[in-house]
Amino acid sequence: MGLETSIEDRVRQLLESLPEKDGALIPLLQHVQSDQGFISHEAVAAVSEALGVSESFVYGVATFYAEFKLVRPGKHHFKVCLGTSCYLRGGQSLLDHISRKLGIESGKTTRDGKYSLETVACLGCCSRSPAMAYDGVIYGGVSSDQIDSILAAGDSRP
Amino acid sequence: MKRATDPRVLQEIQNDAKEAWLELLRGEHPLICTGLSTCGISAKALECLSAIESELADRGIAFRSMKVGCLGLCYAEPLIYIKMPNRPLICYGHLHPENIALLVEEVFDKDNISNNMTLGAIDLPEIKVPPVPGLPSIMEHPMIKPQVRIALRNCGLIDPEDIRQYFSHGGYAALAKALAMKPEEVIETVKTSGLRGRGGAGFPTGMKWEFCRRAPGQEKYLICNADEGDPGAFMDRSILEGDPHAVLEGMLIAAYAIGCNKGYIYCRAEYPLALKRLDIALKQARELGLLGDDILGLGFGFDISIKEGAGAFVCGEETALMASIEGKRGMPRTRPPFPANSGLWGKPTNINNVETFANLGQIIDRGGQWYYSYGVGRSRGTKTLSLAGAVRRPGLIEVPMGMTLRQIIFEIGGGVPEDKACKGVLTGGPSGGCIPHASLDVPVDYESLTEKGSIMGSGSMIIIDEDTCIVDLAKFFLTFTQRESCGKCTPCRIGTRQMLAMLEKISQGQAEMGDIARLEGLATAVKNGSLCALGGGAPNPVLTALRYFREEFEEHILNKTCPSMICKNLIAYAIDPERCKGCGLCAQSCPAGAIQGEKKAVYVIDPAACIKCGACRSVCPEKFRAVTKEVARCA
Repeated sequence: MGLETSIEDRVRQLLESLPEKDGALIPLLQHVQSDQGFISHEAVAAVSEALGVSESFVYGVATFYAEFKLVRPGKHHFKVCLGTSCYLRGGQSLLDHISRKLGIESGKTTRDGKYSLETVACLGCCSRSPAMAYDGVIYGGVSSDQIDSILAAGDSRP
Repeated sequence: MKRATDPRVLQEIQNDAKEAWLELLRGEHPLICTGLSTCGISAKALECLSAIESELADRGIAFRSMKVGCLGLCYAEPLIYIKMPNRPLICYGHLHPENIALLVEEVFDKDNISNNMTLGAIDLPEIKVPPVPGLPSIMEHPMIKPQVRIALRNCGLIDPEDIRQYFSHGGYAALAKALAMKPEEVIETVKTSGLRGRGGAGFPTGMKWEFCRRAPGQEKYLICNADEGDPGAFMDRSILEGDPHAVLEGMLIAAYAIGCNKGYIYCRAEYPLALKRLDIALKQARELGLLGDDILGLGFGFDISIKEGAGAFVCGEETALMASIEGKRGMPRTRPPFPANSGLWGKPTNINNVETFANLGQIIDRGGQWYYSYGVGRSRGTKTLSLAGAVRRPGLIEVPMGMTLRQIIFEIGGGVPEDKACKGVLTGGPSGGCIPHASLDVPVDYESLTEKGSIMGSGSMIIIDEDTCIVDLAKFFLTFTQRESCGKCTPCRIGTRQMLAMLEKISQGQAEMGDIARLEGLATAVKNGSLCALGGGAPNPVLTALRYFREEFEEHILNKTCPSMICKNLIAYAIDPERCKGCGLCAQSCPAGAIQGEKKAVYVIDPAACIKCGACRSVCPEKFRAVTKEVARCA
């Protein structure tokens, strides 16, 4: 392996890989995020450079959409659904439970960088409320016991 | 597979696919179909499938396996259908990895195909098997019987990742038919059908197409709105995960009728499986020549790209969605100009929702009159509805418009669980409203729901029971809409925030009676003054709550109590000294350290320190049930 690719080069590579260049900003930010885990200030600058738009424009888009994270998220990720059905079927209590267990509020990451917690408007899994996604896997009818066993299993999924 | 270079080759491909489908059903080995949509997967369908696989491997039984989408009976998920040789295809439900051994034993060892996991036989008119006495048909299932499945025709019945199965069910025949018609005739057929936009606004689809077709310009765009952001709605996800080709075929028909050569599907990122299956479907259609240049050798070219949303509810609004495709902040703009004249990149653009597209193949195939024969008044055809919340059978259904809410909730949905009272139903999501139990005889059509102060919206139905506090619910919706407001127009940006603040005051027991009129006044102003449907619809949950449940607001204000015991400031937790056995679990679980006591003695909650999280109540062992929740007047 040679020298580590600079963020500028990486962003250019990602831009090259996009099938369409029209309206590339959002897909590019999505690729940067899946590549880097989040969108750093350096990435914003590199994207602005690569697309020839101002940093403030990139930042404006990145902060508009809930998907984009501007700080590094935890290694494992809880996404608790607070859609109407989940809210009515205990989604808030589920969120409170995870929040208490991890000692962080929604939108934050634990100090050791292991877990982050956020809410999502709806996972479209309303018939199995309350639902959540943990590391991208969707769970339905989640109980607080299930959370405890996920956390107890630590890094490995239950 | 060969490319469908002309309609005749397409016909051959379809015939081969039908033959392959029959082969699959007639095969000498058992066939196992697993419902693998997001809902099924979240209910451990994959774990059930691997349990079956290992049970059958142990027995040395060869079998064939395929995935299907969601049949809509989500309450019974995961669902697995098994077809034994010379037996009907049978749907089994309420499975979990632990009862799979029993299922395999009953079905494979004992040939007891009609057991207590059986939901019914899936009718397959194309094959003949001896009748099984006592075996119910799935068509008789209370959740299926009243349905007319047009948009959902293939969902749960075919493998969504195999275009041949779509062909075997008549797929892409409507495209060939449409391409043999004049574009104007296609538009006329859609007009005759009475089809209106299924995304919420209900604009007549044929008319919308005509506007765009007539708009000057060579370059025109077609967009499929798959940004199903309405919390509580999952029909678009189900269609995309269960029958993506139905959407592509609908888009092809629309593109031909309007004269578009380029299409986009804007799908929300929260639906990874739908995105994956769409991607597969697009590749398959392209390989067969059903997308690209000179489709079926008839000179018409069209291709589709997927644009992944990035988590903004407002992007369901068409002008915001187009801004997002262009790579900008998804903020709506004023209309006119309408997208039909100036849409994506300033070009004429037609945008329809997933379900609207999914209906089109059948409309072209069977005619506009046929579709029009379903429904009532100006609401023709069928509507998919997602049932969730306090209902025995949550899931996805499709019924002719005009069926009453009561039929839908009680006959199809099975009513409210635990014998609780039905308080009402929320239709139309955060832009809709709550229709009270007393009005459940209202027919589900665009006009009747609007008359009740709610909307059809995308068709989400969330049933609420007596345990739901209407003030809290209104607060929930406003929390959502004020967070999702794009901030462009003042009524929505500031109005929703102020409405939320007023609702918070009410839920905390700190409001005065004058606040109701102030809230109503502001809600009306936001409804009338907002730029787009997000702000325009945001007050609906509040206005319907005030219209139908005003006494509940008054209860919070005058008596400072929450009758449903939801609003935290108006409830109190206490430990019943008679029932407390001093186990100390509550004190251990209390995050606020508000519970004091000693083991084997009675524990006590300090109301001043209590944060009303309810943790103590949920950990108190069922046999003691010593922690009580009561109505408390706020000081």
